[in-house]
Amino acid sequence: MPNAAPIPLVFETGKRGRATVYFGDGHALDEFLPKSALRESLPLPENSELDVVRHFTRLAQRTFSIDTGFYPLGSCTMKYNPRINEAMAAQPGFRDLHPFAPTDLAQGAIATMYELERALSAVFGMAQFSLNPAAGAHGELAALLIAKAYFRKKGEGAQRSTVIVPDTAHGTNPASAAMVGYKVVSLKSDARGRVDVAELKTALGSDTAVCMMTNPNTLGLFEDHILEITEAVHAAGGLMYYDGANANALMGNSRPGDMGFDLMHLNLHKTFSIPHGGGGAGAGPIGVAERFVDFLPTPVAVRDRDGKFSLDFERPESIGPMRSFWSNFAHVVRALTYIYANGGEGLTKISQLAVLNANYIRVAVKEFLETPYDEPCRHEFVASAQALKRETGVRALDIAKALLDRGYHAPTIYFPLVVPECIMIEPTETESKETLDGFINALREIMATAKSDPQKIKDAPVNTVVGRIDETRAARQPDLRWQPSL
Amino acid sequence: MYSPHTEGDIKAMLAAVGAPSLEELIRVPDAVALKVPLDVPPALPEADLARKIAEYAARNTAATEYTSFLGAGAYRHYCPPVVMALAMRGEFLTAYTPYQAEVSQGYLQAIYEWQTYMCLLTGLDLANASVYDGATALAEGAIMAVNATGRSALLVSSAIHPNYRDVLRTYARGLDLDVDELPVAPDGTTDLSTLEARLADKRYAAVALQSPNFFGCVDTPHAREQEMFASTGTIPIAVVAEALSLAALVPPAAWGAQIAVGEAQSFGNPLNFGGPYVGFIACTKEHIRRIPGRLVGRSVDNRGNPAYVLTLQAREQHIRREKATSNICTNQAHCALVATIYLAALGETGLRRAAGLNLRQVNRLAERVCAVPGFSRAFAAPVFNELVVRVPSSTTTERVLAALRERKILGGLELAGWYPNLSDCLLMTATETTTDGQIDAFAAALGEIVRETKAAARA
Amino acid sequence: MAQPEGLLFSKEHEWLKIDGDVGTVGITDYAQNSLGDIVYVELPRVGHEIKQFGSIGVVESVKAVSDLFTPISGEVIEVNSGLEADPALVNRDAFGAGWLYKVRIKGLNEKSALLSPSDYDALIAEAAH
Repeated sequence: MPNAAPIPLVFETGKRGRATVYFGDGHALDEFLPKSALRESLPLPENSELDVVRHFTRLAQRTFSIDTGFYPLGSCTMKYNPRINEAMAAQPGFRDLHPFAPTDLAQGAIATMYELERALSAVFGMAQFSLNPAAGAHGELAALLIAKAYFRKKGEGAQRSTVIVPDTAHGTNPASAAMVGYKVVSLKSDARGRVDVAELKTALGSDTAVCMMTNPNTLGLFEDHILEITEAVHAAGGLMYYDGANANALMGNSRPGDMGFDLMHLNLHKTFSIPHGGGGAGAGPIGVAERFVDFLPTPVAVRDRDGKFSLDFERPESIGPMRSFWSNFAHVVRALTYIYANGGEGLTKISQLAVLNANYIRVAVKEFLETPYDEPCRHEFVASAQALKRETGVRALDIAKALLDRGYHAPTIYFPLVVPECIMIEPTETESKETLDGFINALREIMATAKSDPQKIKDAPVNTVVGRIDETRAARQPDLRWQPSL
Repeated sequence: MYSPHTEGDIKAMLAAVGAPSLEELIRVPDAVALKVPLDVPPALPEADLARKIAEYAARNTAATEYTSFLGAGAYRHYCPPVVMALAMRGEFLTAYTPYQAEVSQGYLQAIYEWQTYMCLLTGLDLANASVYDGATALAEGAIMAVNATGRSALLVSSAIHPNYRDVLRTYARGLDLDVDELPVAPDGTTDLSTLEARLADKRYAAVALQSPNFFGCVDTPHAREQEMFASTGTIPIAVVAEALSLAALVPPAAWGAQIAVGEAQSFGNPLNFGGPYVGFIACTKEHIRRIPGRLVGRSVDNRGNPAYVLTLQAREQHIRREKATSNICTNQAHCALVATIYLAALGETGLRRAAGLNLRQVNRLAERVCAVPGFSRAFAAPVFNELVVRVPSSTTTERVLAALRERKILGGLELAGWYPNLSDCLLMTATETTTDGQIDAFAAALGEIVRETKAAARA
Repeated sequence: MAQPEGLLFSKEHEWLKIDGDVGTVGITDYAQNSLGDIVYVELPRVGHEIKQFGSIGVVESVKAVSDLFTPISGEVIEVNSGLEADPALVNRDAFGAGWLYKVRIKGLNEKSALLSPSDYDALIAEAAH
């Protein structure tokens, strides 16, 4: 589709009076409100329903997705999104349920929340989860607020002022810490790509509030000294936080609770097959060890002694609510459906196959790409295009764009920051050996072309509806909205 | 299990990676290895699973068997089926954040259209790609004001949705910000009589006002207050919990708001027992570097064609880390897409008609309910689609709601928990989905309940 | 690459030109070149008191952001307002039209902690290895 014509904006098409009419004749607004309260004009475009259908269908056709192709975006767990989840969430009993519905007329919904809470606690070894936070970063924020409340209660609020974050951590970790007023101490990884335990021990002190980690880390490596780490942090009086972004590698194999983590979040839109929707909505439940249960954000779904389900708001030590209403409930339904579809054994197998798929690609690409950490990985791994860049000038970015030309989504690039020209690949368990082979062959061919005709790769993509975009212009002269012509 | 691996595939792949078994490949140090099976029920075949989950849905009779007059930040509106038919296309549903712009032009354009819609509706210069919901939008908007002014206190109307204020306090505890409140005037709007005195020492980064406010009342400041904001360098923040009201009411920019935050669930997104919904933030251009979250911009590609791309990313957490404007990463793109398609389908006419019907139905509700002896409006200020009703002194809100439930009606929300002085009041909502017949039956039921109460008192 | 004479330099790649008790501050050509296309410069407020080597703002390129440090203590008396509309000035003329801010210097003796043009040249030559 190269050079496909731009699709006009919905504001540029349409004519007044063309909109399909969905409501009965309205009433003059000034029948009910004083003129001073009313807006003067409402300059919105009017398109027929067919125009709207064609417009958004064409936009959809210009959007890469899991449904259209392989999406090995590291750290994002782009697995297949089963359609049973959608059907379950769309049932009127869930879809049309008002958040202020009386509890006894919403028992099915609260039971769904409760059962998901229990399942997550079991899979990750935590005492209790709150489904309140709306996304992973939101869960991190909630957990750090818990840490702050906990230390305040202990009388160490002023003293515990720093959060330790390894240099391989997701950017949300330090950003969340800053939103709670914590100072961030960055920790260098060791030669094996793990947290340097000796350096951690020097960083620890009476000012340490929390150490935030993910395991496996963003290099796809299991932090094998994890018990030593959690013990050291606890000995210093600090708390351990588990970033659940990489939980797809762990299920049935190891549990953050057993590793000594006190607080954690999960991204239901990664591990639990909720559609990413173009960047959300996600869901970021947080789980805690027993001594932090009272601090969880409200509400928490509970089962009373008489077997009735309710939302518990009466938690005086709670950090409070994190968002308007109780949870991203439609995602709760999807996640529970997914867990029940797979069962405990299935979840275990999911993690095993996610690791198998990642290693299968890793071993194959070793032939032609550097893999700086040459050992079995977990659900993802990192490669580096540094040697290629030195040799040919072709960068990780160019490889990413060349993959787009070949029908694949690009891996995550330039993250984690510790690996130069980083290419981070996470295939997930729902991809077949044939798909992985196709991807490996595409990468191999790109590498060969990069050596024989580097310009060809630097010019990629050429088969997409647009070529490389002038990002400098986008940032220097921000055009963030359509403007009506005067 | 949704993995395509055959036994043969697994064997071949294990051989390729040189691992004897899946268990060996994924082995972790013994001390942290889970040695028991996961305590999760065994897998259910899909046909059985569908039945099981359907049973959970069926137990939520509030959604399916009751006439509801609930609103309070979550609204039932009619959404033309074309909206979901388009939004649920796999390309939209299963894409992620459009990092690779060349293969994400469709979604990027849709977000650019969303940003434009929110600008047109609020009257402000720019809008972001969405945040989690209305409450977090308020918190993020408040942080923008704090960063813009260097001040660390916020003044908010107590007629802002109580859940929004609670969330603001949650965030404020993290950043050690003070949150003070303005009281409610007798007509149901925010009491601004003390504003001048309170702003005098220039302590407040922002003043936040919600319109329509939690009581349904149109609640915007006048020219006098606008001057006070300007002369004290206080940033006015408009809070909009019912986005449909933007189709009718004076837009935030027109009354001087520099930042508008709110909830756009009403634009095509279902109730979903509280989420996911979709928060928005719009602002004047001087706040462009402080707005949190994704922004889509229009630029050109190397072939000279217009092209869309995520921009101003250096504000964001993945680059700026602890110095970012916010920690937000995932937003509510798909809910914003639903809203965009809804707005595109309705157009000006549809949106105005919907707003007009909300006004008509809430006024009919007010008229019919307050014709029942003992029921009266608590506040005189004009409303958009909900209002506060005082129940007769002979009974209580609890008894009224219980009696209504026997008649399969959810009669509104009790306010006592948030506003002790409104303990005899209910917040009732009517939208275009509320029929005349439902309103008349509601009023008739209230009449019956009053008569029963009187009879019981005599007996 | 020879640095302009008459300027002092910090290890964080800022330059300082002293004119009586007023100092003009910018980032070096080397710094703008390694940052790439600069899209935004966040400057301190006029009246702001700054401490030598303190962090007082940021420079953003499309996908990176760097802290701005101040080479000398004092009070900010002027910022380059042209940068708001045209941040590329820093790329085009780092030592001239792309200056960042002016400061009323408090403690001229601090300049001994700064580098001469030749010392700075040596610093960046070393960084190239």
